[in-house]
Amino acid sequence: MAVKNFVLVCGGTACESTKGDEIFKALLKSATKHGIKDDVQIIKTGCFGFCEKGPIVKVLPEEEFYVEVTPEDAEDIIAETVVKGRTVERLAYKDASTKGSVSSEKIKFYQKQYRVVLRNCGLINPEDINEYIARDGYLALEKCLTGELTPDSVIEHLKVSGLRGRGGAGFPTWLKWNFSKNVTADQKYVVCNADEGDPGAYMDRSTCEGDPHSIIEAMAIAGFTCGADTGYIYIRAEYPLAIERLNIAIEQAKEAGLLGDNILGSDFSFNLEIRLGAGAFVCGEETALLASIEGKRGMPIPKPPFPAVKGLWGKPSIINNVETFANIPVILTKGGAWFKSIGTAGSPGTKVFALTGQIENSGLVEVPMGTTLRDIVFDIGGGIKNGRKFKAVQTGGPSGGVITEQFLDTPIDFDTLTSIGSMMGSGGMIVMSEDDCIVDVTKFYLEFCVEESCGKCSPCRIGTKKMHEILEKITSGKGEMDDIQKLKDIGKAMKTASLCGLGQTAANPVLSTLKYFEDEYLEHIQDGKCRAGSCKDLMQYKVVTEKCIGCTVCARKCPVNCIEGERKAPHFIVQEKCVKCGACYEACKFDAITIS
Amino acid sequence: MPTEEKLELPQHLLDFIEQWRNKQGNLIMILHKTQEHYGYIPRAAAIELAKILDVPLAKVYGVITFYHFFKLVKPGRNIISVCMGTACYIKGAGDLMAECETLLGCGVNCTTDDEEFSLQGVRCVGCCGLAPLITVGNEVYGKLSADKLPEILAKYRSK
Ligand SMILES: Cc1cc2nc3c(=O)[nH]c(=O)nc-3n(C[C@H](O)[C@H](O)[C@H](O)COP(=O)(O)O)c2cc1C
Ligand code: SF4
Ligand code: SF4
Ligand code: FES
Ligand code: FES
Repeated sequence: MAVKNFVLVCGGTACESTKGDEIFKALLKSATKHGIKDDVQIIKTGCFGFCEKGPIVKVLPEEEFYVEVTPEDAEDIIAETVVKGRTVERLAYKDASTKGSVSSEKIKFYQKQYRVVLRNCGLINPEDINEYIARDGYLALEKCLTGELTPDSVIEHLKVSGLRGRGGAGFPTWLKWNFSKNVTADQKYVVCNADEGDPGAYMDRSTCEGDPHSIIEAMAIAGFTCGADTGYIYIRAEYPLAIERLNIAIEQAKEAGLLGDNILGSDFSFNLEIRLGAGAFVCGEETALLASIEGKRGMPIPKPPFPAVKGLWGKPSIINNVETFANIPVILTKGGAWFKSIGTAGSPGTKVFALTGQIENSGLVEVPMGTTLRDIVFDIGGGIKNGRKFKAVQTGGPSGGVITEQFLDTPIDFDTLTSIGSMMGSGGMIVMSEDDCIVDVTKFYLEFCVEESCGKCSPCRIGTKKMHEILEKITSGKGEMDDIQKLKDIGKAMKTASLCGLGQTAANPVLSTLKYFEDEYLEHIQDGKCRAGSCKDLMQYKVVTEKCIGCTVCARKCPVNCIEGERKAPHFIVQEKCVKCGACYEACKFDAITIS
Repeated sequence: MPTEEKLELPQHLLDFIEQWRNKQGNLIMILHKTQEHYGYIPRAAAIELAKILDVPLAKVYGVITFYHFFKLVKPGRNIISVCMGTACYIKGAGDLMAECETLLGCGVNCTTDDEEFSLQGVRCVGCCGLAPLITVGNEVYGKLSADKLPEILAKYRSK
């Protein structure tokens, strides 16, 4: 009997951690109980992208989109939707504005999205190679091995496609592959960068978890094109589920004869191994990453020589990002020209962003390059949380900068972002509202860079530390006017004198926020004020004279005895002594204490 | 200190080392396996590894100390990790961390006196949609606020 329904359960990390697996099992149990086990196929997929509303269950062909599902809901999903074809209203996703239930194809979150990289995420079972194959998986590799594609024509397709590396810098992929292909060497390597160090970004994680075979296939194609027989996937140890799915996928590909010696009976052999990172951001930088695979401390070395010429153990090595690789099989099956037709002239294709921060719909979104920030934040993301006012979006992580309201309608791609002082980076997109203090967030990034600087060169090691100290000073109300100039000077020096990308870009968050939000810095320094109210040291507790009845409760609670005033007369706080503990605020029954 | 004593590596770890012995760049993978077994890298184990792999102990320590993931001291029975990635930070991870410190009575990267809990900050566990969050062992507790922490910690506290 043909399968009537498909029930897709999200098995991405966020959903899995909130009982995704139990839901999956409960669905199976209910289906058995209702005797419809053979009519319905229950599949655990990769991330749907809508993690905030997870765990997610989707029912096809009804296109029911159920959010925040619990294992107890499984019975209703089977009994109502699958058996009787009815919607379970309480689980259905509700549109934020109309409050009505909507089926998955009408959800605003998905409407402006276009899925190339995430084409299989949320659709197939990543632990079953056959589902990948059924969606044209391994077709491109097969074309390579049957002679339909040659190394030269692969390069040509990539060149036509205009694919640029998604790891941050946007380097043309065909050029990199071509360098490596044209070097003669007894051994070459292909390396996948799945280190995803940008805190607040998880595109690569979701791709590895939801569609691991696309990466494996692309790496094998890279091997075929450049003449490499060995590949490494360097992945963060913090991503256990992604590692597990990749391991399963590698085993299945080996069994199917799609990895290993003499793939599909050809004379091409390709072996793939996983190597784990160990929590060092700098290891995302390619030369540091290679040092780490070699089992050493992950410190960058000067380039050139570039890894494509002299990389792992001194041999030519192609290094690409997860998302770059994930694009390649479709480019080769649909053609470079097809890919080129998506996105902008200078940056063809799509980009996956991890949309987080003060946003209504936080999640993973994939849009054509050239989509405006307004579309992403307001249409897909549903606007700012709790109706607050938009302040800025931070892209590019610790190497990037802010995009302000005036650029909401700029089509985003590699070049436009750089021209407005931010950068694409790997795809983290942190939305900030009026409640976030720009200086505080910038300090956060600098603190990150201080911890992550490998210490090899002094501009980065000392520069990040100095900048962090100055920001610390400013956020605690001790800033001085010449601190701004100092920040700019140190930033410039780091940009020109640091060895690797980390140090060269670590000042970007500071320089970019200084450019667009200098007034907020000045407020901190000159007025001792943090308008967002995040910098605790700048907060002032004050007594509202009109409201204070002089009950003395606050004065008795104050641990440092800094509240003065006669009984039954308005009290006042001696600011110099106040330690901002908030005890008076909590204690006052007449709302006579305010925070400003 | 007991960790200074000579230590015999368990058989499965020795097997793993054998399997990786001839692969280039094996040290980090072997350290991962070692930490998986002990929860950290005991000094005696590091000495043993240096001997078996025939690399200087200084090199082993050079690698261990470079990477944040490797621990040199034994953690408590439950590791509370507060995500301090950007998405979580913006949504108030700092408050969660402060509350954890208060509730546990121990600072970040420290272990409580009864060795029940260790507290650490981590950089993005890739569940940013659930920010802010903490993880305890393999469990993720997302969309948290500080007032939910006592209940969560109580679950792990042995009576
Ligand atoms: C400090 C630093 C961190 C980086 N982190 C990553 C990362 O986490 N993932 C990644 O793919 N690329 C990262 N990169 C970029 C890589 O060095 C490299 O350019 C990229 O992997 C090349 O792949 P692509 O051409 O496919 O983008 C980082 C670069 C620097 C300087
Ligand atoms: S710029 Fe920073 S991270 Fe890069 S090599 Fe220098 S010290 Fe290390
Ligand atoms: S905030 Fe604390 S220290 Fe300051 S006046 Fe109130 S009770 Fe006293
Ligand atoms: S993990 Fe389930 S929607 Fe992202
Ligand atoms: S920033 Fe906390 S999970 Fe990503």
